[in-house]
Amino acid sequence: MSQLSQDQALSDACRSCPAHHAANLRKLGVDMQDWDYVIALAGNPNTGKSTVFNALTGLRQHTGNWPGKTVTRAEGGFEYARHRYKIVDLPGTYSLLSTSYDEEIARNFILFGQPDVTVIVADATRLERNLNLVLQVLEITSRAVLCLNLMDEAKRHQLTVDDRRLARDLGIPVVPTSARYRQGLDSLLQAIDEVAAGKTACKPHRISSGSARLHKAIASLARQLQGAYPGLPNVRWIALRLLDGDERIIEALQKGELKELVLGQQLPSQSNVIRMEAAQ
Amino acid sequence: MSQQAAQSILKKAESLRWEIGHNFQDDLMEAVYTDAARIAERAVASSDETPRFDLDRTIDRLVTSRVWGFPIMLLLLTAVFWITISGANVPSAMLADLLIEGAHPVLKGLADSIGMPWWLKGLLIDGMYLATAWVVSVMLPPMAIFFPLFTLLEDFGYLPRVAFNLDNFFKRAGAHGKQALSLAMGFGCNAAGVISTRIIDSPRERLIAIITNNFSLCNGRWPTQILVATLFIGALAPPYLAGILSALSVVAIAVLGVLLSFLVSWGLSRTVLKGEVSAFTLELPPYRPPRILSTIYTSLIDRTIFVLWRAVVFALPAGALIWLISNIHIGSQSLAVWIMGFLNPMGLLLGLNGVILLAYIVAIPANEIVIPTILMLTVLTFGMAGMGEGPGVMFEKTDAVALSIFQEGGWTLLTAVNLMLFSLIHNPCSTTIYTIYKETGSVKWTTVASLLPVAMGLAVTFLVAQVWRLAAG
Repeated sequence: MSQLSQDQALSDACRSCPAHHAANLRKLGVDMQDWDYVIALAGNPNTGKSTVFNALTGLRQHTGNWPGKTVTRAEGGFEYARHRYKIVDLPGTYSLLSTSYDEEIARNFILFGQPDVTVIVADATRLERNLNLVLQVLEITSRAVLCLNLMDEAKRHQLTVDDRRLARDLGIPVVPTSARYRQGLDSLLQAIDEVAAGKTACKPHRISSGSARLHKAIASLARQLQGAYPGLPNVRWIALRLLDGDERIIEALQKGELKELVLGQQLPSQSNVIRMEAAQ
Repeated sequence: MSQQAAQSILKKAESLRWEIGHNFQDDLMEAVYTDAARIAERAVASSDETPRFDLDRTIDRLVTSRVWGFPIMLLLLTAVFWITISGANVPSAMLADLLIEGAHPVLKGLADSIGMPWWLKGLLIDGMYLATAWVVSVMLPPMAIFFPLFTLLEDFGYLPRVAFNLDNFFKRAGAHGKQALSLAMGFGCNAAGVISTRIIDSPRERLIAIITNNFSLCNGRWPTQILVATLFIGALAPPYLAGILSALSVVAIAVLGVLLSFLVSWGLSRTVLKGEVSAFTLELPPYRPPRILSTIYTSLIDRTIFVLWRAVVFALPAGALIWLISNIHIGSQSLAVWIMGFLNPMGLLLGLNGVILLAYIVAIPANEIVIPTILMLTVLTFGMAGMGEGPGVMFEKTDAVALSIFQEGGWTLLTAVNLMLFSLIHNPCSTTIYTIYKETGSVKWTTVASLLPVAMGLAVTFLVAQVWRLAAG
């Protein structure tokens, strides 16, 4: 009896230990029933998003060494630390403000799919340019993890990246990885899990440069939107689009369909992918 | 309430817009860039000693150089085809032995032993099974060699360099430089190529890329090109040069496809799809040592098996159809013979024949089955004894047998050349047409994309046939 309970205690302790989790990543492939958390994989083109996706799900989404390889989103699942995850591989994008169709897919999902965690995959050898997107994503979501990928390349080019400093500056967990060689994925999973479960609180960097007038304009418009439409996600972004004169959003507001426009892009299901495509 | 709130939000946005000025988007981006630069500077340290020899730069200088860029591209392409052509023969013959000479009689015996009626046996075994066995033995070996090779080049990072080399030409043709990438994808599969045009933002340029993607010789057409080139073009050279000559002729067809892509893009952008060429940045990714085993595995699963499965799905009904039209008789002749007779005069005018045209009609669903269909229909029309086992049977193939069938059918070098040309320039397969419709949402543009290449193909083969005959006296 006591032997049994000792075993029990031991295995409980084991189960909450990260080392145990790492060894117990269960790749679920396309089995995505009853997920606990949804993760979005975003990042610049050609930073290895699909490689990370494959490593986590056990799927073999085709990867290629050229920008623009993923033009639709792919979805898969895995189980880690007793949580079931659904992970969505998004097309690469340089900016959330661009207009091409593949980049719009990525943007809409990060904005309105309301993923529990957005994992931004960045190329460690081209950090400055990759950070442009990271900062834009951090403007619209506070639950994010930076996967600093291609560390092997960085090493080859004799670059060192201070990931702790970066984590402090960005206010989110930063995990160095070499996804092609499956290095750092355990730490990545752990960071994702902690952010998803709310164990790690992110204090994301918000753009500090730029005119104060602009920041004030966005904030006040966002406040008014939030007041008129409680529960509307990403009011800051919608405010920004309104200031920019986005016809679709203005029209939706006039017809009283803003919520429908926003929520219509939300459901992260396969049928929605088709609907989004048909709507274009 | 919400309507009122909406109006007041719009009014507020309007007034704020005046306040902040219309350049605020630029201000915002500038703010992002400033912050990004500051953060990156603090986090990244590079060792001061720069390596004396930078491999990536050196390779890039070579493969994107004005002088060497194109020769290297052609050399790589030729090497890939040469390896494919010389490597695929033996396994193709082995598969044909196994699936057709081996399994086919066994299946027939089995059908007899359970007392299957003749028509069902014919439809299932002589039609559907043989069509499928044919497609597998003709397509699987070249694909299993070609795709991994192509994927290795892709994994290594060569494709964006191709785009870089071609960019200037596309710009001059009034098209988007990224079209080079969708064109390269088209070499694998046109439907995939059409989907990959999503990386192009401008609708005008995207439409041009979609319409011209068909001129990328797709995997469904490689086997046709390779077989005909091996039999007719390779035969012009002494045996030790045959492989390389066949490979070169296939490369010539592929290059012609790229040239047509430029030509049609140029024509479209100067007539119905006028507009400015949009600028873009193309990132040349670092070269990465390809991971050979995992690349081979992925390309086998993702591409080879995927494409083969599709071919099989189309071969089954096509096999049944071929068996039916050659076994349903109207008057003294089978339906197939009637249609071929009807198409033959036009075929001859184009330097082809009625058999080839009928095969293309049967093969609209999938280009993969053109050659099997042609062989079978030829035997049927010219009633060669000992070839196959009655009407509508796709028989065992070795290159020698195929060649003798072609010769019996009155094929000449002109027929072979024009078949290669027509295989390059004709309508996209049904999957691609459907994909074009899904991507453009327009019946009009789908029709243009489907019919324009057919019209061009007819014109080209007609001209070639006339010139050829004049030159031959």
